[in-house]
Amino acid sequence: MPQYFPPNANAFLKWVVWGGTIFMVLLVTALVVFARTSKNQVGVPVPQPVAFPHNLHAGELGLDCRYCHSSVEVSSAASIPPTETCMTCHSQIRVGAPALAAVQASWDSNTPIAWNRVHDLADFVYFNHSAHINNGVGCSQCHGRIDEMAGIWKNEPLTMGWCLECHRDPAKFLRPRSEVFNLAYEPPTNQLELGNKLVEAYHINTEKLPQCSTCHR
Amino acid sequence: MKAMNKTSFSVQEIREKLANNNGKEYWQGLEELADTEEFQEFLHQEFPRQAAPLVGSFERRDFLKLLGASLALAGLGACAQPVSPREKIMPYVRTPEEIIPGRPLFFATAITHGGYAEGLLVESHEGRPTKVEGNPDHPASLGATDATTQATVLSLYDPDRSQVITERGQGRSWQDFTTAIATALQGPERGRGLRILTETITSPTLAKQLSDLLERYPEAVWHQYEPLHQDAALEGARLAFGEEIQPSFDLGKADVILSLDGDLLGSGPGKLRYARQFAQRRRVREAGDDMNRLYVLESTPTPTGSLADHRLAAGPAAVAHFAGAVAGRLGLEVPEAGTPDELSGAFLEAVVADLEAHHGSSLVVAGEGQPAVVHALAHAINAKLDNIGTTVTLLEPVEAKPVDHRRSLAELTTAMAAGEVTVLVMLGGNPAYTVPADLDFEAALGKVPLSVHLSPYLDETSSRATWHLPQTHHLESWGDARAFDGTITIMQPLIAPLFGGKSEYEVLAALLGEADKSGYDVIRDYWRERVGGDFDAFWRATVYRGTVPDSAAPSREVSLQAFPVELPDKSNLTLSFRPDPGIGDGRWANNGWLQELPKPFSKLTWDNAALISPATAEELGVRNNDVVTLGV
Repeated sequence: MPQYFPPNANAFLKWVVWGGTIFMVLLVTALVVFARTSKNQVGVPVPQPVAFPHNLHAGELGLDCRYCHSSVEVSSAASIPPTETCMTCHSQIRVGAPALAAVQASWDSNTPIAWNRVHDLADFVYFNHSAHINNGVGCSQCHGRIDEMAGIWKNEPLTMGWCLECHRDPAKFLRPRSEVFNLAYEPPTNQLELGNKLVEAYHINTEKLPQCSTCHR
Repeated sequence: MKAMNKTSFSVQEIREKLANNNGKEYWQGLEELADTEEFQEFLHQEFPRQAAPLVGSFERRDFLKLLGASLALAGLGACAQPVSPREKIMPYVRTPEEIIPGRPLFFATAITHGGYAEGLLVESHEGRPTKVEGNPDHPASLGATDATTQATVLSLYDPDRSQVITERGQGRSWQDFTTAIATALQGPERGRGLRILTETITSPTLAKQLSDLLERYPEAVWHQYEPLHQDAALEGARLAFGEEIQPSFDLGKADVILSLDGDLLGSGPGKLRYARQFAQRRRVREAGDDMNRLYVLESTPTPTGSLADHRLAAGPAAVAHFAGAVAGRLGLEVPEAGTPDELSGAFLEAVVADLEAHHGSSLVVAGEGQPAVVHALAHAINAKLDNIGTTVTLLEPVEAKPVDHRRSLAELTTAMAAGEVTVLVMLGGNPAYTVPADLDFEAALGKVPLSVHLSPYLDETSSRATWHLPQTHHLESWGDARAFDGTITIMQPLIAPLFGGKSEYEVLAALLGEADKSGYDVIRDYWRERVGGDFDAFWRATVYRGTVPDSAAPSREVSLQAFPVELPDKSNLTLSFRPDPGIGDGRWANNGWLQELPKPFSKLTWDNAALISPATAEELGVRNNDVVTLGV
């Protein structure tokens, strides 16, 4: 019977087994550390085809969020405004400004402006804006101080762990409906007391909130 | 599922099993009941866990190794996010009215099956139809739809639909077509040689267009052919009343129903309404509520038969003789009132007694597969039992021109074969596939110098016609159609034609010399002439609601007349062609949802079979999965 394996085969095998195990452990650790510490693009402004300054419109000029994101109270999508919304003012104001060239071009050629998505949830997550807005979750809770941002970035990691912080105990974060669109809202010192009252007043089913099928339908 | 090869069980074996059955035992097929060796083997192949380990396949260790490797690799997918291209958001430039992004809109429209409308509410997301449901305000729907209708939304997006106008396989423009047809119709011939072949037409607008066309070309002829057309029912009414009428039933008022070999609740233009009415009479809420009683004779299992209180399996000819016997027993003059055999004898006594006890609240319905004389007998029995006016209403015909489709087609084919047809325009249908083989439609089609076929797919007929025009889907075009009771729906499209198709309204407009008239204008112009007062208010309200008010067909006063009763010979085997519960006459064959839909009782998918009763099978010595040749 011929000899299939060279003399150093045993040593080779030992190295492969140990090396492989150590490599796998390191790889898994590295991935876990990355997942736990990654900021998930938080705070990185996303370039857009039109440099729309939210700090000017929502901040200085004081436009309400719903002027542009008009379906936020009734639909799952807050909706990006049609070019027509821009043109309601900019057919009169700053007509021909270079910053508005792309808007004018869209209006003239009847082609939509292709905005870059900033908040990209996984496709297996069902998210409904109206459900949050109508139950006392403020815009700034997730989106931050939009009225102070020139370019828009993601203000929160939007990971499942982050969602669950609130879904497990909404009382810590809720605010009265009247304050939902107030971007400068500061929670009061008795937040928990207020939050618990709101949970009751808004009929929020806290048992169902953290369940899988609430978001993964 | 893997087909079982040669399952050999004898009917005798099954009978023994059934005789020895104690208590409740369930089985899914005759093979399982017979518990043959082959079935055991099949079961093992189908469910390996219950069988001995497979030989020669790879082992558990190898499997776990592969599993581990793929798990480790699957994790890498998570690292890819920064590399993937950023998703875009494309808002509208001008948002259409009523649209809220993320929220659906619902529009009333209709679909036609065999020409008859079924009212729909279609869900639309940002301009794309996604789901079809019934329109609760429509008399033929009452909020329900059937499986075929549900699946049509898949056909809308079918990439196999034809997308270009062709002339002998070469791509052409609409302009080319209209020029070609205008040239062909020119000259002093007054339309000699022009033939139009349509399916069943209930649309008032199409009927008007066709009559305009015949006025313009007096020598032209309009033919109709649809394989599932109710020729026998129309002829039966002609026999019984001497006039063209269409019956409509009120199952809510019927205490006793006798169905003669049909699928009253599962097929036909009124099925959804009838099924609802039937179900309501089976609902017992209070002590005083009573249920109706359903007797079914049928030659093949149907959903209606499964709901029967008393069901008798009988061949089509035997059903006809049974109808004759019932009529005879009720005092009608039937010369050779069939002599029922032992089995149906007791059944007959019970049915006759029950019908006689329910004058004015019973109903006899003949199935689509039965000959005209059985339909006439059913009318005669209903008249004798005073059911006309209560459970049966006789309506003026809903179809624009109720003709015998088989005869109409035979006339056309003869003329084509004789070379008398120079221009043939076929609106819908697939005659080269559906026409009975003895007419040899294909050869006749080859003799027509200019033939045009409008159809959603490049099918058997399209590829043999000189011109092919892609047809719009029912969610892509304007139209109008009538329901089984005559109620008109103005059908609105949910989306612009995806593949640039044309509707039959637009093709007929082109024949009438208005090549660029849109379907929308054709329909609106028709209705504008017929509506007094504020037309736009009428249009908006009607399209919104999905029905034209007070458009149901009026009932007609007719009297029964004597007719000859010639019953079919029941000594031979009868071959009965039935529409497929999913794909109908084959027009939905490219719809995967309908092909996957198991047929009732046989559970067949993607397939068809010759269904033979166990007794006949035993007599002929055929078994499941045998391939048989049927000679007619």
